Amino acid sequence: MSKELIRLRDLVMEFDGERILDGINLYINDHEFLTLLGPSGCGKTTTLRIIGGFLTPTSGTVTFDGATINDVPPYKRQINTVFQRYALFPHLDVYDNIAFGLRVAKVPKNEIDQRVREMLEIVSLKGYENRHIDSLSGGQQQRVAIARALVNRPKVLLLDEPLGALDLRLRKDMQNELKRIQQALGITFIYVTHDQEEALSMSDTIVVMDKGRIQQIGKPEDIYNEPKNAFVADFIGESNILDGVMLSDYRVRFFDRTFECVDKGFAENEPVDVVIRPEDVDVVPPKQGHLVGKVTAITFKGLNYDIIVEFKGFKWLIQSTDYQAVGSTIGIRLNPEDIHIMHKSEYSGMFGDYSSYSAEYDELTEDAEDEEA
Amino acid sequence: MKRTNRFITILIFIFLYIPMAVLVVASFNTGKNITHFDGFTLQQYAKLFRDDKLLELLRNSLIVSVLASLIATAFGTVAAVGINGLNPKLRKVAMNLTNIPMTNPDIVTGVSLSLLFVFVGSRMLGQRNSLTFWTLLIAHVTFNLPYVILNVMPKLKQMDESLTNAALDLGCTHIQAFFKVTIHEIMPGIISGAIMAFTMSLDDFVISYFVTGLDFVTLPVEIYSYTKKPIQPKIYAMFTLLFLLIFVLMVISNVIQLMGDRKRQEARNK
Amino acid sequence: MKKRNAVLLSTPYLIWMVLFTLIPLGVVVYYALTDPGTGEFSFINIRQMGMYLPVLWSSILYSLVSAVVCLVIGYPVAYYIAHCSQTAQKFLYMLVMLPMCMSFLLRTLAWVGLLNDQGIINNFLVAFFNWLRSLGGIFSGIPQDFGRLTLIRTPGAVVLGMVYNYLPYMILPLYSTIVKIDHRLIEAAEDLGCNGVQTFRRVILPLSVPGILSGMTMVFVPAVSTFYISQKMGSSSTVLIGDVIERQFKQGNNPNLGAALSIVLMLLVFVCTGIMNRFGGDDEGSVMV
Repeated sequence: MSKELIRLRDLVMEFDGERILDGINLYINDHEFLTLLGPSGCGKTTTLRIIGGFLTPTSGTVTFDGATINDVPPYKRQINTVFQRYALFPHLDVYDNIAFGLRVAKVPKNEIDQRVREMLEIVSLKGYENRHIDSLSGGQQQRVAIARALVNRPKVLLLDEPLGALDLRLRKDMQNELKRIQQALGITFIYVTHDQEEALSMSDTIVVMDKGRIQQIGKPEDIYNEPKNAFVADFIGESNILDGVMLSDYRVRFFDRTFECVDKGFAENEPVDVVIRPEDVDVVPPKQGHLVGKVTAITFKGLNYDIIVEFKGFKWLIQSTDYQAVGSTIGIRLNPEDIHIMHKSEYSGMFGDYSSYSAEYDELTEDAEDEEA
Repeated sequence: MKRTNRFITILIFIFLYIPMAVLVVASFNTGKNITHFDGFTLQQYAKLFRDDKLLELLRNSLIVSVLASLIATAFGTVAAVGINGLNPKLRKVAMNLTNIPMTNPDIVTGVSLSLLFVFVGSRMLGQRNSLTFWTLLIAHVTFNLPYVILNVMPKLKQMDESLTNAALDLGCTHIQAFFKVTIHEIMPGIISGAIMAFTMSLDDFVISYFVTGLDFVTLPVEIYSYTKKPIQPKIYAMFTLLFLLIFVLMVISNVIQLMGDRKRQEARNK
Repeated sequence: MKKRNAVLLSTPYLIWMVLFTLIPLGVVVYYALTDPGTGEFSFINIRQMGMYLPVLWSSILYSLVSAVVCLVIGYPVAYYIAHCSQTAQKFLYMLVMLPMCMSFLLRTLAWVGLLNDQGIINNFLVAFFNWLRSLGGIFSGIPQDFGRLTLIRTPGAVVLGMVYNYLPYMILPLYSTIVKIDHRLIEAAEDLGCNGVQTFRRVILPLSVPGILSGMTMVFVPAVSTFYISQKMGSSSTVLIGDVIERQFKQGNNPNLGAALSIVLMLLVFVCTGIMNRFGGDDEGSVMV
């Protein structure tokens, strides 16, 4: 039903001796809202610019509708871009900015007029035709940038962190707007962001990237509930990541206890990373808990409390709506479906311990090192 | 400290403008002596406009200055765009080359160019008279180019690079993107470079003095030969008029800049 | 921008500059090393230059003095302009630049008119003392025609001419540099206990050094190579190297010696700009623009 529109094969990008992209393989479908998600420097913007034609990959191919387009310049691709800081032409007004691409393509004048006005309606900027760019707010400039790109009816729209400069409320509104426009027009959107909440709320597919490699591709729920490695688990939402051993299917052992879980397919006694989301942990009286620990810090976050609990030198993050006094002893209870198992990877041990939350950080790292030794 | 600075500044401005005032006053003088004011008259101005020789010299100067500054502006703008895209090592080489005419004293530039033309003209091409209008034009373009480039480069560097990318994204070829977008952004630099080149050419004496032949003489060079004997007062009239012209040009350029800045400021505050 | 395009666009310019900037210098070297009479390779011009060494030193001296004077009187002006309102700054900048665009021949001539023995200043002085005498009393002892000073044809007049013509070349780069000094640095200095003088000495002055060097160079270079100012304002004892070069080319018909002297001049300038580049200034050369 959905056909493949873009395929990236073994993309490598080297610059100044540095490997920015290390073998990217990805396909993107028609009508899809796909997000490239990752921290700064992971290569997501580079990938976007390669798709847009502003960069030529060191090796690998970019295929569009079956044809290889590595060397095709941007002005010959049926792709348009919404730039990070909008890049609206300051010497033109709103109408002329939006009409720019149509005029270059020598579209007849009345058709230009009709399409520009149609676009202004879609982005809710009717009546702004003759306004100067400088007089527009950030959100309005954003919408002009979107209109200017979409009016050319591209097959794919690239968006490079377009909402970064907007304040929180406006950002949320614009996220909804963008999703609505994408669904109404049915165009493929390729969206770049470092904000995982944004990615989770808008995308059909998320591509999590780090260090020039794709870490995981999947639907938002799948990525959230079943991260593949410690990086993804930590980048998306908060995670407690512990060392464990997979005894057999559905049974895992950590902190000297055996727990029932819902994952299978691991080797017998394979060392694994165990992921437990802070919101999934139940706080119970110590006698009823699977584990017992001491509260070392508590922060009020509005929606819930962030509670740091220490157990055997490892600090957990628990999110709960109930207040727990610092220094008190509490019990932790885990349900099988809240325990998620991942294979060990290069990222194991780097994330998931909330020691840095506490005031005794320095002391603790010393203790932890002693313990390990 | 600010008051002393202001006092000194006023003094310096008086110092800078006294000679100009002397010349302007002398242009209205009935007598020939610059030091003694005999009476007020406008006849020097009338004489100026009737003096064909002077007008021809003025015409020559204007022709060279306008042509040289236009050529230098177009050539220099394109060059600046190119230099801006070079890798840092090549760019340094290009900028060093650009700085040479600016850091070389005029006399060295004039001498070297005239020797080049004479050498090529008489030794290689066997011409008797090597210094012509064309050699003068070449010399003027050469010393104008750095001014244009040094005015355009900063604007190029300040420009948001994503504007060019946006133009490409929307279907422009590189050349179209330059004319539809880039040029608008760097226009203030182009204009100030052009004006600077024009005024430098118009007033140039030393370089033109060495490079000029007998068939095409510009005003400053001829004035030099006039200064060997007592000056005719209509020259002062011409000076006054040129002074007014340049003053007006500069004020206009300033006002345009200020208006542009104010418009942008108002729009931003809306 | 693709590298290929950049090279394509800049190459014609680079060729032009090599052709009309570097190669002419090569031609100058050729002439310098050629005997004017026989046309053969010779060091005769280099040897003849020896006789002009005092002229060279005196040129350097005059120019240095002028540069220092320009710095001392130009710095307060640049500082003042840099601290005016935006509109005032643009206007004053324009006023400083304006004399530079007007015929420097005529302006120098105007100084001759002012400084001459029968010139405006002297006329004014004589008239003043005459008026004083007419008051009678102790002033009646003043002789006729008293007060006439020899202002022109002195070294001082030459320095004055240089300072006058090249002062804007000092003010503008100084202004460019001073105006860029982040005023938060000054606030930080005051916050840390500096009064006005200390702030100036410890913060503002060091930060103005690129502008100072640039301005000194921009004054020194044309000053050391000028020939008109010394001719009009000076006497036979104030001959400068520029005069000598001009004479060789126009009247002496010895372009070879002139070329040799030009090379010396150029080397001098090269050394100075080298010193300036080492210690400050924009590597894009745009401090003045």
